[in-house]
Amino acid sequence: MASPIPYLLSLITFLPLIGALIVMALAGDGPKKRAAFITTLVTFVVSLLLWFNWDNGQANMQFVEDLRWLPEFNLRYHLGVDGISLFLVLLTTFLMPITIYFSNKYVTDSIGPYLALMLVLESAMIGAFIALDLVLFFVFFEFTLLPMYFLIGRWGSGNRVYAATKFFLYTFAGSAVMLVAILAVYFATGSFDITELPALAAKMSPTFQTWGFIAFALAFAIKIPLFPFHTWLPDAHVQAPTAGSIILAGVLLKLGTYGYLRFALPIFPEAAAHYGPVIAILAIIGIIYGALVALVQKDVKSLVAYSSVAHLGYVMLGVVAMNPQGISGAVLQMVNHGISTGALFLMVGLLYERRHTRLLAEFGGLWKSVPIFCGFFLVVAMSSAGLPGLNGFVGEFTILLGMYKHEPVFAILAAIGVILAAWYLLTAFRKIAQGPITNPANEANRLSDLKFDEIAMLLPLVLLFFIIGLFPNLFLDKINPSVQALINQQPAIVMKVGR
Amino acid sequence: MFDLAWLLFAFPAAGALINLLIGHRLNKTLIGAIAAGVVIAAFLVAVGLLFSLFGLDPDARSVTVHLWDWITIEKFQVSSAMLIDPLSITLTLVVTGVGALIHIYSISYMEHEERFQRFFIYLNFFILAMLILVLSDSFLGMFVGWEGVGLASFLLIGFWFDQRDDSYGYYADAGKKAFLVNRVGDFGMIVAMLALWSILGTLTFKDVAAGAEHGLTLGAANFICFMLLLGASGKSAQIPLYVWLPDAMAGPTPVSALIHAATMVTAGIYMIARTHVLWEIASSASATAAWIGALTALFAASIALVQTDLKKILAYSTVSQLGYMMLGVGVGAYGASIFHLVTHAFFKALLFLAAGSVMHGLHGELDIRKMGGLKDKMPSTFRTFVIGSAALAGIPLMSGFFSKDAILTGALEANPALYVIGLFTALLTAFYSFRAVFIPFFGKPRDKHLYDHAHESPALMTAPLWILAALALVGGLLNLPFVASLEHWLEPALGHHEEPFLTYELLALTLSAIIAVVGYLLAYERYLKNSPRARQLTEPFKVFQSVAEHKWYVDEFYNKFIVNPIRRSAEVLASFIDRAVIDGFVNWVPHISQTLGGSVQRLQNGAVPTYALSILVGVTVIVAYFVFAA
Repeated sequence: MASPIPYLLSLITFLPLIGALIVMALAGDGPKKRAAFITTLVTFVVSLLLWFNWDNGQANMQFVEDLRWLPEFNLRYHLGVDGISLFLVLLTTFLMPITIYFSNKYVTDSIGPYLALMLVLESAMIGAFIALDLVLFFVFFEFTLLPMYFLIGRWGSGNRVYAATKFFLYTFAGSAVMLVAILAVYFATGSFDITELPALAAKMSPTFQTWGFIAFALAFAIKIPLFPFHTWLPDAHVQAPTAGSIILAGVLLKLGTYGYLRFALPIFPEAAAHYGPVIAILAIIGIIYGALVALVQKDVKSLVAYSSVAHLGYVMLGVVAMNPQGISGAVLQMVNHGISTGALFLMVGLLYERRHTRLLAEFGGLWKSVPIFCGFFLVVAMSSAGLPGLNGFVGEFTILLGMYKHEPVFAILAAIGVILAAWYLLTAFRKIAQGPITNPANEANRLSDLKFDEIAMLLPLVLLFFIIGLFPNLFLDKINPSVQALINQQPAIVMKVGR
Repeated sequence: MFDLAWLLFAFPAAGALINLLIGHRLNKTLIGAIAAGVVIAAFLVAVGLLFSLFGLDPDARSVTVHLWDWITIEKFQVSSAMLIDPLSITLTLVVTGVGALIHIYSISYMEHEERFQRFFIYLNFFILAMLILVLSDSFLGMFVGWEGVGLASFLLIGFWFDQRDDSYGYYADAGKKAFLVNRVGDFGMIVAMLALWSILGTLTFKDVAAGAEHGLTLGAANFICFMLLLGASGKSAQIPLYVWLPDAMAGPTPVSALIHAATMVTAGIYMIARTHVLWEIASSASATAAWIGALTALFAASIALVQTDLKKILAYSTVSQLGYMMLGVGVGAYGASIFHLVTHAFFKALLFLAAGSVMHGLHGELDIRKMGGLKDKMPSTFRTFVIGSAALAGIPLMSGFFSKDAILTGALEANPALYVIGLFTALLTAFYSFRAVFIPFFGKPRDKHLYDHAHESPALMTAPLWILAALALVGGLLNLPFVASLEHWLEPALGHHEEPFLTYELLALTLSAIIAVVGYLLAYERYLKNSPRARQLTEPFKVFQSVAEHKWYVDEFYNKFIVNPIRRSAEVLASFIDRAVIDGFVNWVPHISQTLGGSVQRLQNGAVPTYALSILVGVTVIVAYFVFAA
């Protein structure tokens, strides 16, 4: 369908950036806060135009913008969304107003620059999801690093500079390698354009494909993060401010899985098929290892961080299954992880603002003093544990289905994660909500339950758990055609896998 | 009428939602009335559906009601749909019928509870999940209910989440244990569904049944059924996963009656009966199920013999009776198992509610060693409890007699060894059933204070007891030997099975009657007359005593060899492998670069803008190179 507004994607991408400029220009914290919140809200509403004007049967890119940028190098300002990226864009614009609202409420230290950075980050994230030109993607991809670096390093807690630097250097090291590979691909094929590159794969020798794939995969594996490249994540999450954690887990990690699916796979199809089992094994290790390590964490934020390693393991497992169930499930699971883990971090943030601690041992019996909070916490934990009827199950099950078709043993091993996920989440719930109140600070008269506006932040997320859990076809109808096209694009892979 | 089947989900969902959203503004009577009212409404819908099914030709009594397309990815298509057939409606009637009685009972039983509203939200949610479980037309839909009842069970076992006692520890831990043990079973369910779909390309019961005959090899069918058996063992508390059910008694007694006796725990049996086509192919898995069932029945009965907590006696008895049902489905006597499922729902719900009434009258006391002589203090509770015990014991003409006998007849035909185990267990069952009658209700009061304050429960509690007692008495009429009306009614869902040989049937019937009466007499002599001969006769049971009191050390075994090793290795992974090895390596990399060159050192000063600048410079240089090179 034709775009209702010309340059809709550019508008969605750069609205937050304009908002950031306005925030900086305004005087006084109040106006800055309002401007930032309104910006993200408007961006979200505008992004919904994508949903409402979506052409359901269409597998190709929609709302395409294609301008010449540097014709000497065939560089183009080429934007577009398909079923794979649509919901990642919407996830980003959906989570932003919630995080900004939370920050407005609780961040006290130089809120102006903080909000501006958040908005810049939003632009960069959206740009990365819709860029169809490798260099353009790379620019956006790298540009997400800086605001997040500052958000952790300046507004974080405890050992924040160490965590921020580690986050930056680790991710940067990966993408530096990818930049070289991007240039190499250009020299081999003469194109930076992802809509053209799959057809040009034959121009790359097998050795070339292997090295290119390894470079791309490494960059994305760090970002996801795939075991054993994950150790920056708990540090970054524990030290990051709440909004930073929500965005980091909710959106930034998906740049890794999305990048792998959008770029590494189609550009290097044979290498991707060849090394698929390696990625699958790392993903399975991540699922079990992440869950086990989460089980014994003392800080609830690092528990959630390790749970992300496990959950994103499922996403990668679906991707390497290379069949419709696996990949569509993986795309849906990216969204699921974004809202479930985002909600978990939001709840941890709400708790932290009340008690100024995140140690599980400090809590206990909260169901008695703050029942509404604990009720929400239970639903969020169940969503994350993949309870059928809620969102997480649909993604996890279809991923396992795809992987079983591809390699049954891998799927069975990964299904063990289902047991472990319930274990660590119920352990957290048991320690926080249940049992007697042992610490006077947790008594009802010292701890306030969720306020109306806090419920309003959580409710959209929780409603989405149910909508995706019960009516996933609202989303899958849009995801499936693009996934099918992606698979059809790679006959070589399908043949290899079939053998 | 079938168009209205969705109301079965809508009523309990609405009840839970109304009480969740506005319950805090309502008084307790209204909350209870709403919660019980929606379950009664669902029961009436089920009755309507029952008559609609009667109106159909027996072969046509299987109606799929499509609600919406749930998950569609290419060839993977699952709908949210209901399967209305004799099996699902029978179960629905039990769930909503017994459920409604327990809701009504709870209004009185829980009246002093401050979390009254929450209790009824959970209870309605449970009914919803249980109906999804029995009414879904596919494995995946059933699984939604399957895990939903697990969540309800978790919430209700740990209902008093801040309390503990010496017998259960923290109630919240009992709830968590139940959920996690069930998740082990759910792992099996998930793997079974993955395998089924990848082989047959469908997850609906009808298509699986149609495709299984030609599409499944023996090996595949056995693999799938072993995985399903793992799931059934979790939900229906069979060896090796039964350990959560005794602890589940930490929940309020109506919960034990509804969830942990009458309905949820029978889900595994229902699932096997529903998928009987697979089990008829999977001979090894079926035989294993039969043996697991028989051994569980025996093993749990041996523990029930020596328990002193009234609810724990009933809990182990439930495990044991579920063992019978598992034995039944294992030997292919699906109709008999469902029959026992139904009568067990009547008499075990009755026994639990009566035990709750005893508790209510004794201010929470459950230790039978402190009771005695209660029959005069609580006449209704006493009489109904006797009826329940007699049904459990399989006293001739009681409902439990016919249903247990039907299973035993099936076992006799399949394998005499299984039959002998089942028959011996029946002796133990009759013995412990009446032990639980004689010690608390007869004899002299053992605790004067407790006895003096004992009182009968109000009519709102005793009325459900009498209704259930009536059902426990006459429930056998559903499926009398040689008539087999229930089994005949279930045939469209469970398939036609040959009538057992008359000689088998008569032999089993006679032996069952004798063994139940012998068990009763033994208990009578031992606990009422306390005769030396009976003590001598029951002496051999003593060997069980110490191991049975420790529940055969199964919990200890699991903790020592499974739970703790996993936790310990997780500790090692977290503190050593993750932090020292992997992260140590990550942190070590910058150190080598530091020693390698001074220029790199500046990169380690944390001034990230420098790196940003370097990207920019780097990209510019590269771009410039190509611009000029071109």
